[in-house]
Amino acid sequence: MTTPMVKFDKVTKRYGSLTVLDSLDLEIAANEKVAIIGPSGSGKTTVLRMLMTLERINEGIIYVDGEPLTHMEKNGTLVPADQRHLRRVRGNIGMVFQHFNLFPHMSAIRNCMEAPVNVLGMPKAEARERAAELLDMVGLGDKVDQYPSQLSGGQQQRVAIARALAMRPKVMLFDEVTSALDPELVGEVLNVIRKLGSEHNLTMLMVTHQMGFAREFADRVCFFYGGKIAEEGAPDEIFSNPENERTRQFLSAVLEAN
Amino acid sequence: MFWDWGYTLEIMPTLLRASLITLQATVLGFLLAASLGLVLAILRMSQSRWVSLPTGAFVEFVRSTPVLIQIFFIFFVFPEFGIVLPAMVAGVIALGLHYGAYCSEVYRAGLENIPKGQWEASVALNLSPYVTFRDIIIPQAIPPVVPALGNYLVALFKETPLLSAIAVLELMQTAKILGSQSFRYVEPITIVGLFFLVFSLIAAALIRQVEAWLNRSLRNPGGAR
Repeated sequence: MTTPMVKFDKVTKRYGSLTVLDSLDLEIAANEKVAIIGPSGSGKTTVLRMLMTLERINEGIIYVDGEPLTHMEKNGTLVPADQRHLRRVRGNIGMVFQHFNLFPHMSAIRNCMEAPVNVLGMPKAEARERAAELLDMVGLGDKVDQYPSQLSGGQQQRVAIARALAMRPKVMLFDEVTSALDPELVGEVLNVIRKLGSEHNLTMLMVTHQMGFAREFADRVCFFYGGKIAEEGAPDEIFSNPENERTRQFLSAVLEAN
Repeated sequence: MFWDWGYTLEIMPTLLRASLITLQATVLGFLLAASLGLVLAILRMSQSRWVSLPTGAFVEFVRSTPVLIQIFFIFFVFPEFGIVLPAMVAGVIALGLHYGAYCSEVYRAGLENIPKGQWEASVALNLSPYVTFRDIIIPQAIPPVVPALGNYLVALFKETPLLSAIAVLELMQTAKILGSQSFRYVEPITIVGLFFLVFSLIAAALIRQVEAWLNRSLRNPGGAR
């Protein structure tokens, strides 16, 4: 069997006495597209945030491309990772946030150049060229010099996708990336994600409320409930024929709302 | 006559020279305060308690003791430990230190107002802490606090007469010397007062200009659309 791109090995996350994720085991193959669905408070966003090292884990180990992310090897045993190790392994991962989190004082293209220049040490001219290509790919070739405040939500989110891609990650995390958008702007962002999926070798993990998109795009759907994966499988199985009672309740509630 | 214009003209060149010392102490003191304040604010935000707690204690200590005592301490007590500083240097350090502590609180407010998402995006892009502060956090944190920093610039300026206590030949000390030589205090002290008034007003007007300019560029970075 090939090494999974991402592996959660009995990962537990607690906030005080509240257990948000309970001994999670999850393996994601290279190039696999996984959609994470579930009610709010089920721990689904925490999965992405732990993988991005925005949250510390309490127990277990996360591996990225076969290498421990949260831990590092020292004298033959695994000890919690230091900042240097975190930074090195985290370079494999990119993330797009619900609220874009663009840098408001930088133009679209500067947003996409900042990390390649300062982290990868890319010459400015090369970073600019690549950033322009990426912005072109997300359909914003004519907006490179605009500032975030001059762009619509959908445009800002597409800049954010280009900005994450500029770091050439192997794994891309999408955290409810269309939830903060007006309904008419959702499509343009999903189209960019579709394009990424078909044109790039990327492992993708997305937390989403867009059930139609999850069904069409994902290779696998994980339904989270109470800090665990209550049910997982191919999208058609989960959406047409859910076995778990919680999954059925959740899906019917979501469909009713739509 | 109560006011002697002849004497006024006579002491004017001396007072103008002294005003340069006052301005120099203000500018140097504020440069020190502005940079020290930023460093203190960042140290105080450190994840490590070993850094943040002593920094906080230092800031509180400096803010809670009179600047005159700090001036005396640096000028008269430091030599006991082998650190002998010229009066002007000691004065600038004391003013810079004191107002640095105040400025650090201003910076802290600016830093704490940066949305969490900016920090998280910086982590997600793998920016180092240094680059995060330099390129992402500080450029957003400082413009909104410029008016508050400007107030401290004016406050520091008005405290420079305290340096006369350690015989720095700034305006106040010069006026005192002139007065004691001629036994006429009305003209030198009045002129010094007017000087402070004029420069405070000019500084306040400049700060308002900078503030207005920042507001415009913050609300609409990149210009009109």
